[in-house]
Amino acid sequence: MAIALERATGRKPRLLWHRETDLSGLDLIVIPGGFSFGDYLRAGAMAAHSPIMGAIRRHAARGGYVLGACNGFQILTEARFLPGALLRNASLRFLASDCHLRVERSDTAFTGHYQTGAVFRALLAHGEGSYFADGATLDRLEGEGLVAFRYTTADGRLAPAANRNGSARAIAGIFSPNLRVLGLMPHAEDLVDPVVGGTDGLPLFQGLAAALSA
Amino acid sequence: MKGLAEGDSRALAAEFGLSADEYARVIAILGRSPTVTELGIFGAMWSEHCSYKSSRVLLRALPIAAPWVIQGPGENAGVVAIGEGLAAVFKMESHNHPSFIESYQGAATGVGGILRDIFSMGARPIANLNALRFGDPAHPATRRIVDGVVRGIGGYGNCVGVPTVGGEINFHPAYNGNPLVNAMTVGIARADRIFRSAAAGVGNPVVYVGAKTGRDGIQGATMASAAFGADAASKKPTVQVGDPFTEKLLIEACLELMETDAIVAIQDMGAAGLTSSAVEMAGKGGLGIALDLDAVPVREAGMSTYEMMLSESQERMLMVLRPEREAAARAIFGKWELDIAVVGRLTESGLIVVRHRGRVEAEIPLGPLAAEAPLYRRPLAAPPPPPTLDPCSIADRMGLAAALERLIACPDLCSRAWVWDQYDATIGGQTVRRPGTADAAVVRVEGHALGLALTTDCTPRYCAADAEAGAAQAVAEAWRNLTAVGATPLALTDNLNFGSPEKPAVMGQLAAAVRGMAAACRALDFPVVSGNVSLYNETEGAPILPTPAIGGLGVLGDARHSVGIALSPGLELVLIGATAGWLGQSLWLREVAGEEAGTPPPVDLAAERRNGDFVRAQIAASAVRACHDISDGGLLVAIAEMALGGDVGARLLASPPGIPAHAFWFGEDQARYVLAVADAASLLAAAAAAAVPATRLGTSGGMDLTLPDGIAISLATLREAHERFFAAWLD
Repeated sequence: MAIALERATGRKPRLLWHRETDLSGLDLIVIPGGFSFGDYLRAGAMAAHSPIMGAIRRHAARGGYVLGACNGFQILTEARFLPGALLRNASLRFLASDCHLRVERSDTAFTGHYQTGAVFRALLAHGEGSYFADGATLDRLEGEGLVAFRYTTADGRLAPAANRNGSARAIAGIFSPNLRVLGLMPHAEDLVDPVVGGTDGLPLFQGLAAALSA
Repeated sequence: MKGLAEGDSRALAAEFGLSADEYARVIAILGRSPTVTELGIFGAMWSEHCSYKSSRVLLRALPIAAPWVIQGPGENAGVVAIGEGLAAVFKMESHNHPSFIESYQGAATGVGGILRDIFSMGARPIANLNALRFGDPAHPATRRIVDGVVRGIGGYGNCVGVPTVGGEINFHPAYNGNPLVNAMTVGIARADRIFRSAAAGVGNPVVYVGAKTGRDGIQGATMASAAFGADAASKKPTVQVGDPFTEKLLIEACLELMETDAIVAIQDMGAAGLTSSAVEMAGKGGLGIALDLDAVPVREAGMSTYEMMLSESQERMLMVLRPEREAAARAIFGKWELDIAVVGRLTESGLIVVRHRGRVEAEIPLGPLAAEAPLYRRPLAAPPPPPTLDPCSIADRMGLAAALERLIACPDLCSRAWVWDQYDATIGGQTVRRPGTADAAVVRVEGHALGLALTTDCTPRYCAADAEAGAAQAVAEAWRNLTAVGATPLALTDNLNFGSPEKPAVMGQLAAAVRGMAAACRALDFPVVSGNVSLYNETEGAPILPTPAIGGLGVLGDARHSVGIALSPGLELVLIGATAGWLGQSLWLREVAGEEAGTPPPVDLAAERRNGDFVRAQIAASAVRACHDISDGGLLVAIAEMALGGDVGARLLASPPGIPAHAFWFGEDQARYVLAVADAASLLAAAAAAAVPATRLGTSGGMDLTLPDGIAISLATLREAHERFFAAWLD
């Protein structure tokens, strides 16, 4: 993630320690993937109570941008920044593979460098990535345009085989109502280099950098 | 100090695995009867696992030197220079028996243990690989073991954040009760900042860091000994439990401390825990060590001295620090919320002295403990190799197409995607060639153009038929797989898995395998820099197939220049290397003709070298779009894998006269590659100039694989056959 942010912004991101409580002066806080506290309880459940989370909550309340990827998405739902939960994959196995994501709206800071309906490749790597929320919440997310990405086939169609973790309504990522908090299960940050699998994920970070410096 | 009574002592020694002769040496070294703890220390240090007492004599024959070798065998891991002031640190180690008893934790802690061997040398782990052997898929235990091992490898590696980038899996009934789980880790360090385990500096503190010590991992047989306590029922099982999050913290804390000059020596607490780390560190330094077990962080109360010294609790390290840096070390480990405790001092006594609850519980001279360690020249028997098979003597009753479909669907050749999909191969963002896409994984060194090529290889059925040829083949195949991605092979780590060394036939296999490996290592400039020997792999008296697993490492100056196996359209396919149509011990013979017979394909090391150097030069010259070495299943299977990899078909030419078609397409002759190139004429001319055999095979394109007999198999049909087995068996 740090590599992707540096590649898109030209600057090394500041790395935060989980006990920090002063996050003033930051545009964007990224909670990356990575088995916080080993995820021996529910994924993200321990980290949601880290000392830093209060400061991230204040940052979000001020209208600051937050990106939670993979374990970061799990932490954001556990901390109730975003609704719903990430359940164990439908296969009940860890799943690491390519997937395709359809961009559901392009008028956000995170998706500005994609077209609505565009499909890009990303990498899945999680054991608990099956997005779940009750029907009313899902309806609200869809009604308010807060679904960011869906798992689709390479040509943008919904299909059970393309939704390998079994997410509700094939949801791969969701926004907060102000569109400034994004939780995203796959790893766009691992596809930012032509030598390492491709650059499908780079527009997300370039768009974000452009939006934040605008 | 009061030792045990004579009768108790002798009985306990036997339970700790010490022979009568070994026990007599213990008495001679101590000049008195040992305590329980002392017997435990001798039993552990003189075990096959720690002392290599049956294999040491043989292992001396392996080539271990090259100008690029920074550290050969004898440390926690091997180290080679890879250029730009950097070094690759790597080793492979077995966790076979625990993986049978409790497959998830056995495999998981195997990964954890080998990771510690790597970062204890000062390297950041960047890749994990494995080499797995399982029993017959039809055997009732195999499903549980495969499922547990795969989950365990993923569970630990994914969580600790090191990508699992490669490996291999075989099935054979000989592994029914004794699967093999060999785990390999590769790390990167600065070539001038390698940490070693030899202690130095009398008075320096001996520091314990990491997880607390519990009763896990202590040998069950010794626990139940009537000689020392009736509380056996309270003992916990003997398989260790892994905690990858603590390991992650330990990696970061150790590497942070390694940025300073605080560490004099460091070693992980692996097999035999505190005993082996303390004994080896002090012993290598020619010093003594005084341990105070009351200072050791513990997870449970009331552990005996013996239990604490022999515990194999995971995620622990032992270090010798400069005394003035102790506070800095405490600050770093405190930040990472890990235990740190001074548990002893280095002394000039030459003794290991263990104090616990105010009493001296062990006092052993380290010199004799190492020097008098048993060394066995066990009897060898060399079984005659089976008769060689004439390919013309075996009729092809199936035809090429049906045989291909059967072969690529069989458990030993089918797609491993079901397994790979459970391992995070891309974390860290440097994985250039992912599992299944190339003959070796390629991982770039972060911040550099350099790429490491990594592979694990062995063909146990070859080794069972002829251990010398089979072991040479394993080394050659690893070298070939590194070559096939364009890398320069540098060195290997080995994991020699065999049956009981007390059986002359098994020792004969081990001796022959070492001979074969040594010859191949020499011919290919491919030295052994680290390794592990795992003996006593037997089920109900029947040994496993001899399995000298090889972990190979090569380097690419620029990772962008690596090639994979995936075909693209409009290319010409060229076979490099000579084909006799060798069907002995081939998978075609086993899966199609139903026989495991014959001698394995001979390994012509000069041809390996010549053909491989030619292929590598062609890749370096950007003349090659895809490359695949030919191994299990032969030429047609290799082409099918390239077609499936690229989702592009191929049309094949007729095979040369003089060789039966099935022997040409499915024979497993060595030293061969399939190259996909834009300009076959230039490649053939270059090959002729280099005296390398080269043969046109056909062209790529379309969505079918069209065989020389005109039969076309759609890629969809091939893919369905290739991907059927694992999901149908385990989901």
